[in-house]
Amino acid sequence: MIELSGVHKTFGSNKVLRGVDLTIASGTSMVIIGGSGTGKSVLLKCILGLVTPDAGQITLDGQDVTRGDRDAFLARFGMLFQGGALFDSMRIWENVAFRLLRGTLKRSKTEAREIAIEKLRRVGLGPHVADLYPAELSGGMQKRVSLARAIAAEPEIIFFDEPTTGLDPIMSGVINDLIREIVTEMGATAMTITHDMSSVRAIADNVAMLHGGKVRWTGPVSEMDATPDPYVQQFIHGRAEGPIESLR
Amino acid sequence: MSLLSPVAALGRVTLGLLAHLGRVAIFAAQVVSHIFRPPWYPREFFHALMQIGWFSLPVVGLTALFTGGALALQIYAGGARFSAEAVVPAIVAIGMVRELGPVLGGLMVAARVASSIAAEIGTMKVTEQIDALVTLSTNPLKYLAVPRVVAATLAVPVLVGVGDAIGIMGGWLVGVNRLHFNSAAYLKNTMDFLEVWDVSSGLIKGAAFGFLVALMGCYHGMHSGRGAQGVGAATKAAVVSASVLIFAANYLLTELFFS
Repeated sequence: MIELSGVHKTFGSNKVLRGVDLTIASGTSMVIIGGSGTGKSVLLKCILGLVTPDAGQITLDGQDVTRGDRDAFLARFGMLFQGGALFDSMRIWENVAFRLLRGTLKRSKTEAREIAIEKLRRVGLGPHVADLYPAELSGGMQKRVSLARAIAAEPEIIFFDEPTTGLDPIMSGVINDLIREIVTEMGATAMTITHDMSSVRAIADNVAMLHGGKVRWTGPVSEMDATPDPYVQQFIHGRAEGPIESLR
Repeated sequence: MSLLSPVAALGRVTLGLLAHLGRVAIFAAQVVSHIFRPPWYPREFFHALMQIGWFSLPVVGLTALFTGGALALQIYAGGARFSAEAVVPAIVAIGMVRELGPVLGGLMVAARVASSIAAEIGTMKVTEQIDALVTLSTNPLKYLAVPRVVAATLAVPVLVGVGDAIGIMGGWLVGVNRLHFNSAAYLKNTMDFLEVWDVSSGLIKGAAFGFLVALMGCYHGMHSGRGAQGVGAATKAAVVSASVLIFAANYLLTELFFS
């Protein structure tokens, strides 16, 4: 279980997180929604230790994430980055098997390649892409490769940062379905950041809306449409009028 | 405007500069400490060695060749004013191995390598590849900076050595073909005047310059701002700071070795 309590983060004069409290139960899929610049990615990076919070506590199964063996902690995570973040100097299979080629999870090159090809197949890519470079693939294929890399070492927890940004609706649907299937079959805990409502409905067990640096609303996805919260209603229906200020 | 405003502005600039120097020093100490601690990444090291050493050879060689030739012409023209044309081989050799070989080689490597390291690492930063390395349990400093810094520290002295030889050859070519020196006498003069310390001091300088070049490339790449403008600024800062540090280190090492 991941628990955040009173997490604050400020960049210069910009107070991004102003006391975030959130609990993500093991084996569930939490989707964080909220407008651009509300600190969704910062929140995710705080959990991973890529950004250090100014105040508050983040625990994983009761252990403070800032203490203990960092490698062992990170080995429990997989992450799909918004832009894919594939290493462009490496072949596709080397990207997917990155964790399996070095460190504590190191395997032989042949075994790592076999696992990479199997994970590529799982995300719908054939073995012919294994020896290509990221620049030779389309945006949708790069997202699939990034997904394959995130699951290559079979992590317990997977983070998805804007998994469908920049993709057409059909490819977005494919990625959403893949995420849902993979998370279910692996029994992993998932945390997804998105403002794509079709992703929310496809991926989420629970939803949390971030606004003004705090969790504005959280609950099961089945209750999202019925909530009377005007912020949630404005966001999920994409209305320009409402309590969330928008520049016009 | 207060009378103290200029003083306050000067103080701010000075404090900013000192803070920047402190950050560079901490970064350098971290890189050096990681050199001696596993895990090591031999594949990245050999890749960096090829990129920095082998592929810099043409530019360093051509720079040395033309510099050696021009040096021979200048020394001959200057020496003729007091009938000292015979010193051309000795001065070309000493000038190349002690000063021009390491400094010009270092500068050419700074232009070619510091810029490419800063642009590569800066692009990795803005496309979240460095964050991805962290989530894949890989220390970016160890994986990206250490192999490049070690490779440059080892490769640049070799480049300087090769550059020294090519520069002396450039002087010999001009001396024999344009200034009508006897070929054997030119080479004998060169060998007679060169001492081991002349060459080895230049190679030590080369190692120091290689370290500084790669360090500046990695530092500015890892602290790159966002977007294309951020990467461009990081690249420019890497080349400028590496070049200035080469000149400063050259003076300090020359003081240390020869005064």
